[in-house]
Amino acid sequence: MVRVRRFEEQLLGLLKAGELVGSAHLCIGQEAIPVGACSVLGAQDAVVATYRGHGWAIARGVPLVEMFAEILGRDSALCGGRGGSAHLMAPANGFLGENSIVGAGVPLALGAALARKLRPGPEPAIAAVSIGDGAMNQGNVHESLNMASVLELPLLVFVENNGYAEMTPADALTAVPAHERAAAYGIEGVVVDGNDPVAVAEATGRARAAIVERGLPVLIEAMTHRLVGHYSGDLQAYRPSGELEAAWRKEPIGRLELRIADGPSLEAARASVEAEVATALEAARSVPFPGSEDAGGHLYELVAR
Amino acid sequence: MSGTELSYIRAVNEALSWALESYPEAVVFGEDVALPNGPFGATKGLQERFAPRVFDTPISESAMIGTALGAAVSGMRPIVEIMYADFLLVAMDQIVNQVANARYVSRGRLVPRLTIRTQQGATPGSCAQHSQSLEALFAHVPGLRVCLPSNAAEAYAMLRAAIASDDPVMVFESRRLYPTKAEVRLDEPVEAIGGSKVVAQGDDLTVACWGTTVADVLTARPLLEGDGIGCEVIDLRWLSPLDLDPVLSSVERTGRLAVVHEANRTGGFGAEVMARVAETLGPSFFAGVRVGTLDTRVPASPLLSRAVLPTPERIAGELTAFMKSAEAGAGHR
Repeated sequence: MVRVRRFEEQLLGLLKAGELVGSAHLCIGQEAIPVGACSVLGAQDAVVATYRGHGWAIARGVPLVEMFAEILGRDSALCGGRGGSAHLMAPANGFLGENSIVGAGVPLALGAALARKLRPGPEPAIAAVSIGDGAMNQGNVHESLNMASVLELPLLVFVENNGYAEMTPADALTAVPAHERAAAYGIEGVVVDGNDPVAVAEATGRARAAIVERGLPVLIEAMTHRLVGHYSGDLQAYRPSGELEAAWRKEPIGRLELRIADGPSLEAARASVEAEVATALEAARSVPFPGSEDAGGHLYELVAR
Repeated sequence: MSGTELSYIRAVNEALSWALESYPEAVVFGEDVALPNGPFGATKGLQERFAPRVFDTPISESAMIGTALGAAVSGMRPIVEIMYADFLLVAMDQIVNQVANARYVSRGRLVPRLTIRTQQGATPGSCAQHSQSLEALFAHVPGLRVCLPSNAAEAYAMLRAAIASDDPVMVFESRRLYPTKAEVRLDEPVEAIGGSKVVAQGDDLTVACWGTTVADVLTARPLLEGDGIGCEVIDLRWLSPLDLDPVLSSVERTGRLAVVHEANRTGGFGAEVMARVAETLGPSFFAGVRVGTLDTRVPASPLLSRAVLPTPERIAGELTAFMKSAEAGAGHR
């Protein structure tokens, strides 16, 4: 969690300095969800995330240097600068990518689940997809939940309820909470404290086992709070006063520190992550920019005629 | 090698059967394709032979296309049926934002090896939401491949090429031509995607067309011959990748180009063909005309739809008028 947090804090600095051009959608405050979930998911599982997906990529083991290089528009080993912050992918890590269309990753995850069902490997495999509370109001998500249920696909849906559908309070836009909607599709819906990585990991483990055993999808609604704007330039004037301060008191890293207060100090870990992230950023700065002659490439397979 | 006489829809069925036999990773799904054998019979008997790789889905086009993409990038070779091209519009995000981007954004690390089969066009009585010809919308999108088979033999050859390709291919079949028969060579080697064909020779006018319209142009051709106009008819077959070479060499001889399609005239792919020929040969080298469905919606009443569609009679009439005005203009060539 500290690694994800520090990585994104560095992105904020890069944006301010103008080294990162454009915007970034950060998951500060939501780190416990990808970190807890990916501690349980297997290498054979597929993961699909949203534009707020840096945490998922890092939790899947995507190297920080490649993340920085990709987001800085350099010729990274991920997408060579074509994905950027909001649409990066790392298939080698079982990370089928972020998605910049709200809800659109769920149909994709459905296909990854289908492939894992029809062509099983030596270990049982599932597909996991993260969406936000706002995506629960997209048609393709509901199409997919129904289809995953009737086709009995090994799909795990995380709904990260961070309080805001982009910039509008989620509860003003949502008739019925996500985990209750799962029942409409005949699948299990559970709610979990999304600011507790241990709770997320346990819920993920139970869900994954149920999916493998019963062959039916599960939906986990993880309650959390986005501690930053929808995107990096969001002034957040829509927030009531005092809301952020209260949310910061419940953020996952501080809470975990309190919980393990009588264990080993986190200071050493913090210092090592700080150095790791700084080193990765420096290394990323030496990754060359892609040549503009590459801009039209990889649109189609090469056809010998 | 002798062919087998098959209907267009049966040729599609044979190509799907070939795919499921040839590729253990191939999977066929869509609405009503398994138990009901397909709304038009394209998938007849396939579930019986290849279950669980042939299955019915809910009426959920977005989820279907997304499933095809997710399965493709996970190593499968999905062939998804969208019952009418009009229903592609329900899944536009998955086709344009997801499928078309996968290979490009991942720099080739994700391979969207999938085929979207659909059928389009008007038939007597079909309503405005079941009659459109939408190929230009998709030919506009980099990252997609688009083809329109014009008869049973092409349906078999082109669908096999589409399935064998590592690119996402949209195959627009012709519902009107489904019952029509042709000699199909089932044991030919699989073609690469792309390539247009001269299907009839002539010296006066080059006519480029594709899909259903090829049959209509071939019906109109003797009517034009009666007026002393010899048409060279070229079936473009694939709009992406586009092979214009036969069109260019034909127009170099005839100096006259007509593009005929069932899609609406404005913004149809005919405009692209005309522009490219003009860019290559120079606009003063030739005279050109586009014939398409009038710029209107397609009405259900057969009497009304005949008034807006490019029927063989209308094609012959418009091309004859074009040839007369081109002669009179005489500024060309």
